[in-house]
Amino acid sequence: MTISTKELNKVALSREEYNFIVQKLGREPTEVELGMFGSLWSEHCGYKYSAPLLKLLPSRGERVLVGPGEENAGVVDIGDGQVVVMKIESHNHPSAIEPYQGAATGVGGIVRDIFTMGARPVALLNSLRFGPLENEHNRYLFNGVVGGIAGYGNCLGIPNVGGEIVFANCYSGNPLVNALCLGIAEKGKLMKAQAGAAGNVLMLVGADTGRDGIHGASGLASRTFDGEQELRPTVQVGNPFLEKLLIEACLELVQADWVLGMQDLGAAGLTSSVIESVAKAGKGVVMDVLRVSRREEGMTPYEVMLSESQERMLVIVREGCEDKVKVVLERWDLCADVIGQVTEDGLAVIREGEKVVASVPVSLLSSPPRYRRQGKKPLWLEEVQSWEASSLLDLTVGQCNETLLRLLSSPNIASKETVYRQYDHQVMNNSVVLPGEDAAVLRVRGTEKGLSLTCDGNGRYCYLDPCAGGAIAVAEAARNLVCSGARPLALTDCLNFGNPEKDDVYYQMEECIKGMAQACDMLQIPVISGNVSLYNETRGEAIYPTPVVGMVGVIRDLEKRCTMPFKDKGDRVFLLGGEGDGGIGGSEYLEVMHGLVKGKPAIDLDREKQVQQCCLEAIERGIIKSAHDCADGGLMVAVAECCITGGIGLSGKEWCVDDRLDVALFGEQQGRIIISVAPDAVTEIERLACKYHVFLDYLGQVGGEQLSLEEYICLPVEELAKAWRRGI
Amino acid sequence: MKFGIVVFPGTWSDGDCYYAIHNVLGYEAGYIWHKETDLSGYDCLVLPGGFSYGDYLRVGAIARFSRVMVSVERFAQGGGLVIGICNGFQILCEAGLLPGVLLPNDHLQYRCQGTCLRVENNAVPFASRCSTGQVLKVPISHYEGNYFAEEAVLREMEANGQIMLRYCSPQGEVTEKFNPNGSLHNIAGIINNGGNVMGMMPHPERVCEELLGGDDGNLIWESINDYLHERTE
Repeated sequence: MTISTKELNKVALSREEYNFIVQKLGREPTEVELGMFGSLWSEHCGYKYSAPLLKLLPSRGERVLVGPGEENAGVVDIGDGQVVVMKIESHNHPSAIEPYQGAATGVGGIVRDIFTMGARPVALLNSLRFGPLENEHNRYLFNGVVGGIAGYGNCLGIPNVGGEIVFANCYSGNPLVNALCLGIAEKGKLMKAQAGAAGNVLMLVGADTGRDGIHGASGLASRTFDGEQELRPTVQVGNPFLEKLLIEACLELVQADWVLGMQDLGAAGLTSSVIESVAKAGKGVVMDVLRVSRREEGMTPYEVMLSESQERMLVIVREGCEDKVKVVLERWDLCADVIGQVTEDGLAVIREGEKVVASVPVSLLSSPPRYRRQGKKPLWLEEVQSWEASSLLDLTVGQCNETLLRLLSSPNIASKETVYRQYDHQVMNNSVVLPGEDAAVLRVRGTEKGLSLTCDGNGRYCYLDPCAGGAIAVAEAARNLVCSGARPLALTDCLNFGNPEKDDVYYQMEECIKGMAQACDMLQIPVISGNVSLYNETRGEAIYPTPVVGMVGVIRDLEKRCTMPFKDKGDRVFLLGGEGDGGIGGSEYLEVMHGLVKGKPAIDLDREKQVQQCCLEAIERGIIKSAHDCADGGLMVAVAECCITGGIGLSGKEWCVDDRLDVALFGEQQGRIIISVAPDAVTEIERLACKYHVFLDYLGQVGGEQLSLEEYICLPVEELAKAWRRGI
Repeated sequence: MKFGIVVFPGTWSDGDCYYAIHNVLGYEAGYIWHKETDLSGYDCLVLPGGFSYGDYLRVGAIARFSRVMVSVERFAQGGGLVIGICNGFQILCEAGLLPGVLLPNDHLQYRCQGTCLRVENNAVPFASRCSTGQVLKVPISHYEGNYFAEEAVLREMEANGQIMLRYCSPQGEVTEKFNPNGSLHNIAGIINNGGNVMGMMPHPERVCEELLGGDDGNLIWESINDYLHERTE
């Protein structure tokens, strides 16, 4: 029997991979086995292309308790006997097809990754990318995704405290929906996603199994697709209420010593959940699909094994304790099915009653092939990078006001309040700094500490220079945390790229990861978890390479936290770290005002580190009153944001621009922070800047109702605010 | 004095209410599971926010039939204090313990934001610590907070002083601009005719500490506590 290419495509396996399976098994795989191989060896579950590259990222650190790939999420020690459990995950492809449910179940999935480990989820963030909103379909996707995140997250009662939204043409038809969840657990009380010893019992709890989401992992997430209608049934439908019950029930279960392991059902449903948990234990499993409660009649073993119905959890218990699980679940009106048992022989045996429908070695299922390719710098990249600012006329003094207003109202820079006000960001009573700042801040109950959280990534930078862009994503996330007064602790990454089988996409991926690794090493921030989303293309056009970095930091003393708004009249404002020429390549200015995505962004990681350390020490010593990362839109936009959020102006004197005006006002050089200090703290901040060898440029004095900088800028704060608030 | 916080499946501000009442203010509090019927020992019941039963069908429509609600009704009829916050307010309306109903916000979006509330009637157990006309800063977080009642009912409520809180400007002006959801008469919180059952959409339990941006919410809890103490004396 020879299998058709069409059938192989359905499970996203190559002919070579299929032949390899046949050779190893010594026979053709059954239909169920083929489906299991397809999903477990998919890029989404198996990291065929990305795994070798992910090894480049540093993942060790004295506070790291669980690193990437070990469990459902990474774990880092925050002291006082507590740990943070964190992960970010994409749900790009489902959201492209059915934006509301795609985004909603993205939230559901990442939340399960956290409470599976025994941690109480305490914060959600998300990083979103869309095509321009002038396009009707993009607006449909945007409204659907935001609605889905709100609909699911709000119902769970987990605050959605921050994130980012960026618009660019390349995301038209292929939006990015990356959801991050962070949980807190007691150290030493974590649950493992491990099946343990032979004889242990596998129980499936939560929702019944339906036909939704079949081939989600292999079909949607691991190849490019067109013709969305046909794929709609591969998107799962979420039930946040059930998830809320599941959270409470599972967090009760983890307290019991007869519950030995927990693994949520996500991509590839039962297949990945069961196989991964027994693979980690080096055991086998026998399970019966007839024992699985279903939503509909006539489901085949194949469908049961590959269904991605949401809100389900695999619970591994000591034999004889099945009823105890049922008692806990009944309190929450949930059911549990005993579906199988851990075995010694290393075989995965799937039965349908008496009939064996699959019998394959777990080790084979769980060792997908790995492809290390040779990346090659594409020619087009040379061309876009060689662009010179000199080919463009500089801004005139008379154009500065108008340019600033245009940038403030451009969707990438404008206030995202119309979005985040749709998310409950205060439930759980821990939100100290709300969305709209550089980083969200949560208090840690029972301590003086705070957790600071952010999500960052700039696809345009990565498109123009993948290595620098990757480094900037890490550096900017760290800078955002530092601006809130936090020491960065760990990061989780979501790597969104096009088709890795193409040379230029592979190059982008490799370079981005290298850049991220360099920044992680320099700033000493380990990667504790992550997710890869490949094949983000429509009609053969890849998205910008878009690594998104989610980062957590600790503020030692919440009283010392810092925020963006200018505070008091008379405070002195400085630019910390301004130095050299960053140019305007890759800037928001260049794209918004000139329609160009060209140039070569750059970052000096040494300087970045010095600036961040200086700012952090200044905040911890209580020297500075406000800090804001100078990022998209450059210096003027950052200063305007400090004025708008503070509701107070700034008057800048003794300003001289000796180079290009556009570079000085709107260039996006990295490693810069806008700070303000009380007049009597000026000497101290100067001394500190000296100690760290970072530049400190005086910008002006807080006060009045206008932002004015010599003859360049003169605008009422109210007008700035109006422009900034009407962007989306 | 003991506060009883009712927990339905899908409730999520139970923990926040407990924290505010017990950890911040030091009052005694306990949780009441929706399957319980014995409410003895409690002096004030709190129906917190969340999505009881997923709020499928209609907000509060399923929760009002849960076992505990029979006891809640009896408790209210006996003059016991009941406060419903957000989803709790919606449930009290569904149960007929408060007049009117909460419709989806007029803009058809969820809203989580700060609001200002003018205290319209402080001669009630829930607002004695406030002065009439005082502006409280309390955030909202809901999709269905658009208060509606028949014109005749509204007239009667206005005449009886049953409108306790209205959305307003930071200066206390009640205008359309500061109405976040389309509520009739800018209504944010009401009391029943007997003065012992109160419902409000904003979340007082979220503003009980300066660290979280304000402590106006304490005025509500402290008012209740004062009343309960006076009643026993």
